Amino acid sequence: MSLTALPGALSPGLTFLLSPELASRAQFGWTISVHIVFASLSVGLAPFIVYFTWKDVRTDGEQFTRLRSFWVKVFAAGFVMGTVTGIPMSFQFGTNFPQFAEVAGELIGGPLAFEAKMAFFLEAVFLGVLLFGRERVSDRTYVLSSVLVGVGAWLSAFWILIVNAWMQTPRGYEMVMRNGMEVAKLTDPLAAFFTPRMTWMYVHMVNASVISVALLVAGVSAYIVWKKRDAATWNTALRLAVLVLLVTAPLQAVHGDAYGRHVAETQPQKFAAMEAHYETGTADLHLLAFPKGVDAITDPKAENLLTVSLPGVGSFLASGGDFDAEVLGLHEYEENPPVAMVFWSFRFMVGLGFLFIGLALWGGYLVYNGRLSESDRFLKTTIAASPLGYAALLTGWYVTEIGRQPWVIQGELKTSEAVSSTLTGMEATLTLVGFVVIYVGLISVALYVLRWLVRDELRELGVRVSDDDRWYGPVPKVTRDD
Amino acid sequence: MTDPLLLVDAYLVDALPEIWFGVVMFALAMYLTLDGFDFGIGMLYATRDDEHEKETFLTAFGPVWDANEVWVVAFGTMLLAAFPGVYSRVLADHYLLSIGFVLALLFRGLGPEMREQRDDERWKRYWDYSFVGGSFLAPLLFGTLAGRWVFDAPTLSLPALLTGVGLVTVSVVTGAAFLTAKTGSQLALDLRRYGIVATLAYLIGVVALLTTVVVTDTGGAADTVLSLPGGVVVVLSVITAGAGSVLALRGEYRAWLASALALPALLSLLVALLLYPTIYPPTGLTVREAVVSPLALNLVTILGFPALLLVLWYFKFLYGVFSGPVEGGGYET
Repeated sequence: MSLTALPGALSPGLTFLLSPELASRAQFGWTISVHIVFASLSVGLAPFIVYFTWKDVRTDGEQFTRLRSFWVKVFAAGFVMGTVTGIPMSFQFGTNFPQFAEVAGELIGGPLAFEAKMAFFLEAVFLGVLLFGRERVSDRTYVLSSVLVGVGAWLSAFWILIVNAWMQTPRGYEMVMRNGMEVAKLTDPLAAFFTPRMTWMYVHMVNASVISVALLVAGVSAYIVWKKRDAATWNTALRLAVLVLLVTAPLQAVHGDAYGRHVAETQPQKFAAMEAHYETGTADLHLLAFPKGVDAITDPKAENLLTVSLPGVGSFLASGGDFDAEVLGLHEYEENPPVAMVFWSFRFMVGLGFLFIGLALWGGYLVYNGRLSESDRFLKTTIAASPLGYAALLTGWYVTEIGRQPWVIQGELKTSEAVSSTLTGMEATLTLVGFVVIYVGLISVALYVLRWLVRDELRELGVRVSDDDRWYGPVPKVTRDD
Repeated sequence: MTDPLLLVDAYLVDALPEIWFGVVMFALAMYLTLDGFDFGIGMLYATRDDEHEKETFLTAFGPVWDANEVWVVAFGTMLLAAFPGVYSRVLADHYLLSIGFVLALLFRGLGPEMREQRDDERWKRYWDYSFVGGSFLAPLLFGTLAGRWVFDAPTLSLPALLTGVGLVTVSVVTGAAFLTAKTGSQLALDLRRYGIVATLAYLIGVVALLTTVVVTDTGGAADTVLSLPGGVVVVLSVITAGAGSVLALRGEYRAWLASALALPALLSLLVALLLYPTIYPPTGLTVREAVVSPLALNLVTILGFPALLLVLWYFKFLYGVFSGPVEGGGYET
């Protein structure tokens, strides 16, 4: 760029500035994607922490002390990340989507306030005890603290998902005028809290969190076992993670299948986007889909795809038993979500789900034969799979959230109407860039910390680890007292 | 109506909207008081070179900051639940300040936790910057935002900035008092000095702020400041601050802490007095106009008040567990 172009570049209304709407959506999507990983880490890790703490207090051996101490450190780092990324979430309802906050305030304000008061405080207070209070409270209080931290995490997910489920299938309200604006007025609290979507979402989300953490625990354990085969503590952890996966991974598939039917009933447009079903008529179910060319990635239409499909099964699922049932196609709607993102995210999530079932069965077979720590191939696959739970969890959320577009409250308020009218493209782009830079840093820090924790553990076990784990950031200015 | 326990068309008590205004302001007071001393610890941390003293500070901060910080979420979400229009407008109209504040909180929170993860000079130094910088910027930005809200003043105006500075200085006062009560001997004497200087700065700041507001009559606040309740709060603040300094000099640190913690609470009371009956001055929206419908407010009252009492109870438990003096590396039992 030449220098003469600079003054133009600094004036507002420039092309590189995103519109407030697009920047706000990108920012919310990005910040929630980072937050949800840490938040679900708390939800998924909580039962493991309770189990390790309980075993630690109950048994004499040092095995569970090690596991507790290691995973509590991970939990603490994750919880801090979850807190610092969670606070921007609750602010963004106001900063970026104030019309949404004002329209939905009566319905979402209560659950969000309950989340803070009943869940967030509980988790924060008793995590303080769990981290710093081992010598200051009795064994019983200590175990109880770990349970309360877990209860806090699960309750937190409960109240947050009440809000999200209401946005998907809003109930229990009527629209009224207030201060010159049409807003939702609460008419039936039970209907508003326990919307049709709520239980589906809660089970699916909590289970996804447990699966993701089980994969992480399995991956970390497999890595340490791979480095030191006879590390009894980590063989125990690996076995435990495999057993947890054996239950949770198949459950997720069975539950997800029924959940899909529920989506077809309550949000037919989203269902159509998930299957890229354009023409109203019988719908096939695409078990597997491969793009024929680049076009098919951005525009997944049946004729652009090589698919393994079950004819009529889409109709069968959507209607609950009729292969010829008519399923509304995307052409019926004025405005559609970005179909490609929904279609491919959905396939990615489902594909990973089946991969996890396979991994669980493989691991279960090895546990049964007592050869879990001997199979190099299994250990390596498990290490490689350790972040994939989060990949599935995120793509699952993209299906849910992007699939609901153009609505922020299904059928009631569009996302474009929810965006702040006072926000400028300059402000929105600036903060978006800020969040991207800072959160990328945050993720690297989280990965560094995990790596160091694993390396410390290996050193403890007597495995030689190179000292190549210093912080290689730029050197800060040195002051006189160094 | 499905639930006969809830009144649909009338508030449980007539004054429920006003009570909720009070509850929201109470959450604000809790936040300014509790996280205020966290900010103070963070800013005073910048004066320490010695690793042992730094550790002492962090040990006092570690178990409680996270729970303290949640009060800002409680404040925000209760504001949303009871007065959604105010919540959305305050945040949307002060976009960069709000986002700046949450990012400052982010750096403040990560600093100490990440610092402890690695025994590496450079790594630690970075997170020290993060901790100190966040602890200074968060109260400055939050205070500026509050000043804009209450006085309907632009960001770069004396009323807004002085509110920011006021919050920074009062945080140093509470931070110094908290740390003094938690540490012994030499360190305490040192901190006491910072505390007294900050008290003086706070008083000057508040007087300057109120003078500016009265003289220019920003947002029509002059009447409130000069009214009886407003005057009482201001005079009480001055007396509390003065008495606190005397107690500090006499070495009665726990009493000093008590009086110091009263300062941000009094500040919140002043904010409430300045606002009421309006709740968002730029639009002139009153508490009665902004409040949600009876059913929604009754619901958050019935479910929320017991929860709030429970929260206060387990805060008592938390501070009970971690009471007593702290020395570097761990709590003495």
